[in-house]
Amino acid sequence: MSTKASMNETPLGQIETILKDLRTSFKSGKTKPLSWRKKQIEQLYKMCDEQRELFASAANTDFARPITETYLYDCGVIRNECIHALNHLDEWAKDEYRSDSLAYATMSKYVHPEPYGTCLIIGAWNYPFNLTLLPLLGAIAAGNCAIVKPSELAPHSASVLTTMIGRYLDSSCIRVVLGAIDQTHALLKGDIDHVFYTGSTAVGKIVAKTVAEKMIPVVLECGGKSPVYVADDANIAVTAKRLAWGKTVNCGQTCLAPDYLLCSKATESRLIPEIIRAWRTFYTDNPVNSDSYCHIVNGRHFERLKKLIDTSKVIYGGEADANRNYISPTIMTNVDENDKVMQEEIFGPLLPIVTVQNEHEAIEFINARSKPLALYIFTSNNNLAKTIINSTSSGSTCVNDVIFQIAPPSLPFGGVGDSGLGSYHGKYSFDTFSHHRSVVYSATWSEPILSKRNPPYTKQKTAFMESLVKARRNWVPLPRIGGFWFWAFAALATAVITRVLVRGFRDDKWEF
Amino acid sequence: MSTKANMNETPLEQIETILKDLRASFKSGKTKPLSWRKKQIEQLYKMCDEQRELFASAANTDFARPITETYLYDCGVIRNECIHALNHLDEWAKDEYRSDSLAYATMSKYVHPEPYGTCLIIGAWNYPFNLTLLPLLGAIAAGNCAIVKPSELAPHSASALTTMIGRYLDSSCIRVVLGAVDQTHALLKGDIDHVFYTGSTAVGKIVAKTVAEKMIPVVLECGGKSPVYVADDANIAVTAKRLAWGKTVNCGQTCLAPDYLLCSKATESRLIPEIIRAWRTFYTDNPVNSDSYCHIVNGRHFERLKKLIDTSKVVYGGEADANRNYISPTIMTNVDENDKVMQEEIFGPLLPIVTVRNEHEAIEFINARSKPLALYIFTSNNNLAKTIINSTSSGSTCVNDVIFQIAPPSLPFGGVGDSGMGSYHGKYSFDTFSHHRSVVYSATWSEPILSKRNPPYTKQKTAFMESLVKARRNWVPLSRIGGFWFWAFAALATAVITRVLIRGFRDDKWEF
Repeated sequence: MSTKASMNETPLGQIETILKDLRTSFKSGKTKPLSWRKKQIEQLYKMCDEQRELFASAANTDFARPITETYLYDCGVIRNECIHALNHLDEWAKDEYRSDSLAYATMSKYVHPEPYGTCLIIGAWNYPFNLTLLPLLGAIAAGNCAIVKPSELAPHSASVLTTMIGRYLDSSCIRVVLGAIDQTHALLKGDIDHVFYTGSTAVGKIVAKTVAEKMIPVVLECGGKSPVYVADDANIAVTAKRLAWGKTVNCGQTCLAPDYLLCSKATESRLIPEIIRAWRTFYTDNPVNSDSYCHIVNGRHFERLKKLIDTSKVIYGGEADANRNYISPTIMTNVDENDKVMQEEIFGPLLPIVTVQNEHEAIEFINARSKPLALYIFTSNNNLAKTIINSTSSGSTCVNDVIFQIAPPSLPFGGVGDSGLGSYHGKYSFDTFSHHRSVVYSATWSEPILSKRNPPYTKQKTAFMESLVKARRNWVPLPRIGGFWFWAFAALATAVITRVLVRGFRDDKWEF
Repeated sequence: MSTKANMNETPLEQIETILKDLRASFKSGKTKPLSWRKKQIEQLYKMCDEQRELFASAANTDFARPITETYLYDCGVIRNECIHALNHLDEWAKDEYRSDSLAYATMSKYVHPEPYGTCLIIGAWNYPFNLTLLPLLGAIAAGNCAIVKPSELAPHSASALTTMIGRYLDSSCIRVVLGAVDQTHALLKGDIDHVFYTGSTAVGKIVAKTVAEKMIPVVLECGGKSPVYVADDANIAVTAKRLAWGKTVNCGQTCLAPDYLLCSKATESRLIPEIIRAWRTFYTDNPVNSDSYCHIVNGRHFERLKKLIDTSKVVYGGEADANRNYISPTIMTNVDENDKVMQEEIFGPLLPIVTVRNEHEAIEFINARSKPLALYIFTSNNNLAKTIINSTSSGSTCVNDVIFQIAPPSLPFGGVGDSGMGSYHGKYSFDTFSHHRSVVYSATWSEPILSKRNPPYTKQKTAFMESLVKARRNWVPLSRIGGFWFWAFAALATAVITRVLIRGFRDDKWEF
């Protein structure tokens, strides 16, 4: 069991000094060169490669987290995002020139991404390295200094993070603060320029309120109850396995975990045996003995989850062992919206099933609640999926799987409404930690034109200025079909084909 | 002078009803079809075309706003952005498919932009139509319902807006609320999903804090003191005219107005006569009589500005007439950071000059204060400009002009730090009012691969999963040089050229 003893809290008095140091480092300009950023990212990669055993062991100590889950979903993910960033940082960070209509031809214009300054990253405990280091990667890629506050609920993970960040990364620009509410509050009130928070919606709102007074931009990665709708035409075998996996990986303590199930009675009766069979394959009949099944993070959450179990509705599982913070994979049926388990994000291995007759009832049920972080749909009918997607809103959506919509680096990961604000991953991480500054160089020789804006205002000058910048509706939007090089290729290909045809028909010489 | 008498305030109880109506309209799905959105945008265009005289006359009544300035900077700008949106809405709103490495080939993935729901737009008085209707355009383009709260400081403009929005736009989805602090507070506490605020930093912070409790995303378009650095090598004739225009258009009541000037004594002595000459050309020796020169918006701001004038430092202007809320274009020299005029955003026709010896002192002065909405640099040396840009931060920057960096639709317009958060204009407007929802369709036939993630965890399965998604560093990033069609074109062009050369050298036939 994790104890507070192994985590030293950063004294409150030190926090102001740390922030001062980071401010000085940022002002020195050392985080701006791409070479510095790439070096840090390479170090981050090395850290998550060389220290994978240490990290996995720490998370295992914290809440019996299976080694594989830390290898795959913390270390592996971070390494891949590091490589992705190294491959693309040059394009992300460069000045991006823009073009408009001829009216603006006298202006040389581009968007110049620049760092905010000092970025505060508040991590979460459930994926203790991923949810701290992926945002850190974004902050570094964008050229910021960063201060990381790992969650105190995974103290061993926080401790190894502190040691390793101190060893691998540039301590003049990247620091770790350990502690709980007091330290977090001191940081939020300190000299920072940006906050990236992962955690509960309730605390997220407090974070947002605290920094709003200083007009500090925030990204809030929260959660909520992510519904799963299983249509009657879903592939039951595949659905059951994927659902079973998503509900119990990290023991359901995943922001993107499928929270509750909506389906018809008929589908439920086909699904339940398959889910149970999958769980048995995964963890044997006694998950408490399985290395692949982790435990609830602490006693408080264990008690919270235990209260959500309505034994009269449990048809599988429902076992709980307070000594080990262990709760078995559990299914409850005939759940309705007033049950305890439907009042909060579960964040545990309980699968409540709410009966709906069809997708319309499902949509109604989903839309009556706050926008979830994820919406899951299992169906073999893509049109049905599309209907549900178009009638609802969620941070992200996956059809025929759960959680893995987070994997492709090209997609933004974030919530909407109560589930969060802002997004990251891939280029979105870079953008989230950057200010996109518009820069225009205006020609001095354009004065004859530009001076038409000067008073005294006359009808002629006004009419001139209006027509100079007047936008015109393009009714046949060719550019929509392709960009410049597409049309260049098309033109050249047409010329070649024409030449070949002409040479063929006219001279009877069929050759390129 | 504007009076409160002709602006009816919306009764507070009505606000909840209005928000209920908008919620019902949004739920009905009527704002989602692109046809509805385009129709509204076309109506917005028509309104700012057919009602330009009414709008200009209203602003003129509010603060003697020159007709031309409303024609150009309100109506004209809105019409052009409408056309731009109509030209591009299809590409902005479509599902954008993404591609990643082969590891994610079993996923069909795209980003699906969707509206938030009900968007609150709090407008400002200084460009009373632009700063209310441009955000409204963004909200509509993204498929939202909208509630507009124009500034009460320009009551005739607010009134004209209310009438015309009611006449031209779909009242079931777009409504106007009139009033002041009470109405704004009721709206912020109401059933809304997004807030777009234009106004002062102080109020912006209150807005942000009020909605943070509900995790509502905000865009804050604020201001601050936008510095101008005029280097010794600047083109004095052009600089003076552009600076003179920027400082007195809308009587300096522009968020992007050049606030104060930094330059050497030598440059100052060359610049001042030119600025004065420009002002005389613009407004004659008595701007109070000029139709092209507007007045301060109300008595409170007039008094505020009057207090900023240090008569001992005035070298030109300094005239004030309380009966007409008139302040003449004014220059103050030898201003230092402790003077009253340097303690707040001026938002008036006063130009304080602070002496610095070179760009390094200018950079130091700028960086000692909060990040401005705009930074202006006048120089004939682009490297000098670049140095200053790279050593500072601002919402946007313009070299050799002021304010007009806002004009090209391809550039984001917004602040950073105290000057604001978020951006809009062009596609940025659409994006700002949209939630970008990641959608993934996972193949069911990929189960043999995907099931490797399932417990029980083994070394082999783990290694398989790791290598499946492992990212590789690309040391020669071809994609950095060009996209797919660029390389297709290059390949085809190379083939054609090779063929021509071969045919030429081998057969002595020089032809395509």
